[in-house]
Amino acid sequence: MLLVPCPNCGPRNASDLVYKGESHTRPDPNLVTEAEWRSYLYLEDNPAGWLRETWYCRSGCRRYFVLERDTTTNEFRNPPVPGAKIGGKA
Amino acid sequence: MAKSAGLTAAREKVGRRSADSSKPPRYSAAGLLSRGARKTTWPRVWRDVPLQKTYDVVIIGGGVHGLATAYYLATNHGITNVAVVDKSYLGSGGSGRNTAIVRSNYLTPEGVAFYDRSLDLYNSMSLDLNINVMFSERGHMTLAHTDSALRTMNWRAEVNKLQDINSSVIGPEDVKKLAPSLDTSSDPRYPILGALYHPPGGTIRHDAVVWGYARGADHRGVEMHQKTEVLDILVEGGDGPDGKGPGGKVTGVRTSRGDISAPIVVNCTAGWATLISDMAGVKLPISTRPLQAAVTEPVKVFLPTVVVSGSLHVYVSQTDRGELVFGASVDPFNTYQVRGSLDFTEELAGHVLELMPGISRMRLLRQWAGLCDMTPDYSPVMGFTPVEGFLCDVGWGTYGFKAGPVSGEQMAECVATQQTPKLIEPFRLERFSTGKLVGEKGAAAVGH
Repeated sequence: MLLVPCPNCGPRNASDLVYKGESHTRPDPNLVTEAEWRSYLYLEDNPAGWLRETWYCRSGCRRYFVLERDTTTNEFRNPPVPGAKIGGKA
Repeated sequence: MAKSAGLTAAREKVGRRSADSSKPPRYSAAGLLSRGARKTTWPRVWRDVPLQKTYDVVIIGGGVHGLATAYYLATNHGITNVAVVDKSYLGSGGSGRNTAIVRSNYLTPEGVAFYDRSLDLYNSMSLDLNINVMFSERGHMTLAHTDSALRTMNWRAEVNKLQDINSSVIGPEDVKKLAPSLDTSSDPRYPILGALYHPPGGTIRHDAVVWGYARGADHRGVEMHQKTEVLDILVEGGDGPDGKGPGGKVTGVRTSRGDISAPIVVNCTAGWATLISDMAGVKLPISTRPLQAAVTEPVKVFLPTVVVSGSLHVYVSQTDRGELVFGASVDPFNTYQVRGSLDFTEELAGHVLELMPGISRMRLLRQWAGLCDMTPDYSPVMGFTPVEGFLCDVGWGTYGFKAGPVSGEQMAECVATQQTPKLIEPFRLERFSTGKLVGEKGAAAVGH
């Protein structure tokens, strides 16, 4: 199906991981307006092209990490190195 | 939303093809016989006309939703200066890739009322459109393998009954009577504990639905433009870059065959809904995922109903030719690729054999995939957007085909009256900013 380059476990089948969706920066809930918060919750970029997304390595290292993938070819770029700082929507 | 000036004029204007001369040559058994005897060829079903510079309404997407919208605009509201544009051929997307199941046993009262209207329209469609859509009201069974699933089935049954929809929970013995090939013993990993039985559900020939609407719309003056890709949507006065975005007003669309000016543009695409809406500067709560389906070799008819299992992520029905058609849940990550995967086939085979051990020697003929636009609450996004004149009928996830007729009818009303009809009010885009979501996760599809 899809080999996901986990920074700790190496390439693994997508079924070993959980796809957590687009990686957006979470705004400070104390500072945002209701509309901004709901935009963060629901709106998606859904590009046909490069997408920053969060994966969770369920059956392996059990860590969250961010990857970049082209949604038209399913090719990954700049795979993260083990131990690198990770972030995004968990 | 302000009234669009073009429309009132449009309603008074007679379509380019007047109603009387456009009496469609009716399909009938007598016609078939006489054509067979005289060996005459069948005429073109819809015209191939040059693209005009202006239309009153441009509908993007020539699937069942787009064509139904055009058809009802012409029949119910007399708006015939309409173009349906599609980047490929009619019915090339989700309309030709779904598993052709129709039903109305949803979970929320809003959803039930909406899909039930669709089932009504499907019921009378063969007569309305004068085309054999082969609607087979064979009953629809959603199996429950766990206590919690059984609870959801009971909940759905009660919501359905309140709205006069024939839907009830039955036990394993009745499941066995309806579909003897199912393993209702306690042996499987997920034994069948009961099912939600919905007799009005069934299957339909999806291509005929597309062709029926296309033919009906064409005869009333609507133009269908295939191989016409929308490259941009022209908007002025908006807050975003290039005058797009909220507050703007649609002036037309740029296609691969030239610019069209139109006061109203309706996005009826699936799979590309966000890409089209981005062109107008409208952001949607949609992520695109493929859904895979497969079909086996034909065998003697043995499965009389549609069988669905949420726990096992599969739904199956047998076609008139005897093939078993399987569908599954959407793939587990966003992508615009529609390639089949071995994971799907493996999982499907394992789960289907758990349900029906007797078919282990059957062979799959082919598998395919279609793109599904998933929303957070598993309900569609319909009606007006913050850009004036740009309407959406998108976010149809895995349930778009069964909603085609009612969506067309309601979107046509929305366009013609410039007001959101009651039936689709719960599905407005604003619900994501007001927080009034319509959670259909429990009934929309399998495996969510």
